[in-house]
Amino acid sequence: MTRSSLAGRWGYHITGTALAILFLSPLLWSGWASLRTNSGFGLENYDRLFTSDNGIRLHHVVNSLTVSALTVIGTLLVATLGGYAFGRFRFPGRDLLFLLTLAILMVPYATILIALYVLLGWIGLQDSLIGLSLVLIMFQLPFSIFMMRNSFEAVPRELEESAQVDGCNSVSTLIRIMLPAVKPGLITVGLFAFLTSWSEFFAPLILLNSTDQFTTTLAVVNMRTASHGSIDYAALEAGVVFMAVPCLLLFAFMQRSYVRGFTSGALKG
Amino acid sequence: MSTLTPSRSGKARPLPAPEAPRPPKRFGRSAARSRAALGALYAMPTAVMVGLFFLVPLVLVGWMSLHRWPLLGAPTMNVPDNYTRIADNELVASAVWFTVKYTVLMTVGLFVVAFGLALLVQQRRRGVGFLRTAFLLPMAVGFASASLLFLGLLSDEIGPISDLLRKIGLIEGYVSWTSGSSESALGSAMVLVLWRFAGFNMLILLTGLQAIPLEVYEAARIDGASRWQTFRRVTIPLMRPTIALVLTMMITGSLLAFDQFWILTRGGPDNSTTSLVMVIYREAFIRLDLGSAAAISVALLAVLVVFNVIQLGVLRRRS
Repeated sequence: MTRSSLAGRWGYHITGTALAILFLSPLLWSGWASLRTNSGFGLENYDRLFTSDNGIRLHHVVNSLTVSALTVIGTLLVATLGGYAFGRFRFPGRDLLFLLTLAILMVPYATILIALYVLLGWIGLQDSLIGLSLVLIMFQLPFSIFMMRNSFEAVPRELEESAQVDGCNSVSTLIRIMLPAVKPGLITVGLFAFLTSWSEFFAPLILLNSTDQFTTTLAVVNMRTASHGSIDYAALEAGVVFMAVPCLLLFAFMQRSYVRGFTSGALKG
Repeated sequence: MSTLTPSRSGKARPLPAPEAPRPPKRFGRSAARSRAALGALYAMPTAVMVGLFFLVPLVLVGWMSLHRWPLLGAPTMNVPDNYTRIADNELVASAVWFTVKYTVLMTVGLFVVAFGLALLVQQRRRGVGFLRTAFLLPMAVGFASASLLFLGLLSDEIGPISDLLRKIGLIEGYVSWTSGSSESALGSAMVLVLWRFAGFNMLILLTGLQAIPLEVYEAARIDGASRWQTFRRVTIPLMRPTIALVLTMMITGSLLAFDQFWILTRGGPDNSTTSLVMVIYREAFIRLDLGSAAAISVALLAVLVVFNVIQLGVLRRRS
């Protein structure tokens, strides 16, 4: 090996490692800071997070789990059916509906949330977790429908046709033959829906009014924005870790399929 | 609706002969029609969601912008007061200026960093998997949580940054990064966004980089092109669609910035980091004037639509 290529390799590894440390250190620091107490290390900050006056409560966590579950299930349901329709069928209005779905991306979040606040009030879903979930599902649709359409298009036609020859009707073809074939897409869509809905801040801020209905994110941010005196930074970092750990674990376990699903979708686009 | 029951005639077809793997489909007219109906049925949930929660609010926000629309109480028509009042609103003027400035700085910074990272982890070699994971991991943390994380990280109370800089002598005394001066508040928000979004944009740029066939690089090498020439004349032109996608997302995302300023800087000091979306929120839920918030929203929407049309036009002409 020549000297210059050896130097290049060392340069590469040193740059890469330094950057990796730079990106990982805030995460590691927040874990460290959340455990650090006046007398060493312990769970005191977490204790304050769950017991102090404007800290978070169990029902905030339950609210977050409810919204995430509803959003993931709803997104998977709508995007699977929609992606199947767009990927495998021709029907009048197909291209228009697909364009309209993608147009959601072009419209500012804040623009329609003001109107959604009024609209949900009219249909009796003001300050409601179901109303919030429906809105979050809608915001997931451009990415999810695009992803699932590409996934369904990539399934060989012969697979579907042979299932129909075997006497499967359309619904059982979809469930028994097509769904296993688009599993990577489903995982990507579901994971993305969970990560967004679990940590979403702006939509719940606008659509939820009573502190009883708050999601964990809202409750933790409230510890910063509602505090008039000094901020309890250590408890705040405990809240950050509490919010981030489920996402980081899920992401670490599913990164491979997530990235693969993502790249296959993006390449085709 | 009889058309919704799929006709069974298509299924009675004999299996395709091995030498002709894909015979032309011969659906009858009624079979084709019932298949179309079935497709429309599958698309129905999407249509309902898009219609009810996207198109209706879109029309409604326009309608609201024509009214005095208090948070509580009956709306009354007041065209065009909400729009004329935008011009008198000093906070809107400073927020527009700040949001544009932030968008330019953020887009340039984020693009350079994300492209650099993508080039760094492009080739399969030892340790690349670890690097990719390290850059992508911040993306799993919610943006609001990330903002709170950096609030602590940059704080003087528990954050290590100020201590570190004091120790090596770069700063003296107490520095409040997130609210001390408008420059440091903007800088704090930019570092936060870089940390949180560089990996995501790297991933998209990476898909574009890997879509370039190796033979193209091989040909450039045989022609004696230097690394820089290859990058400028081969990589960049072939990456154009991906670059356009990434830039559009960065610009749109920056124009709609909210979380980072609401949580990290609270729009301060002296409203110097108040973004447009923060103004909209303020009009609606602090000044309780939904009509005015709707009017600013419509104006912002118009700007974005024009921007996207120009963007699409440029993209189409170049390709």
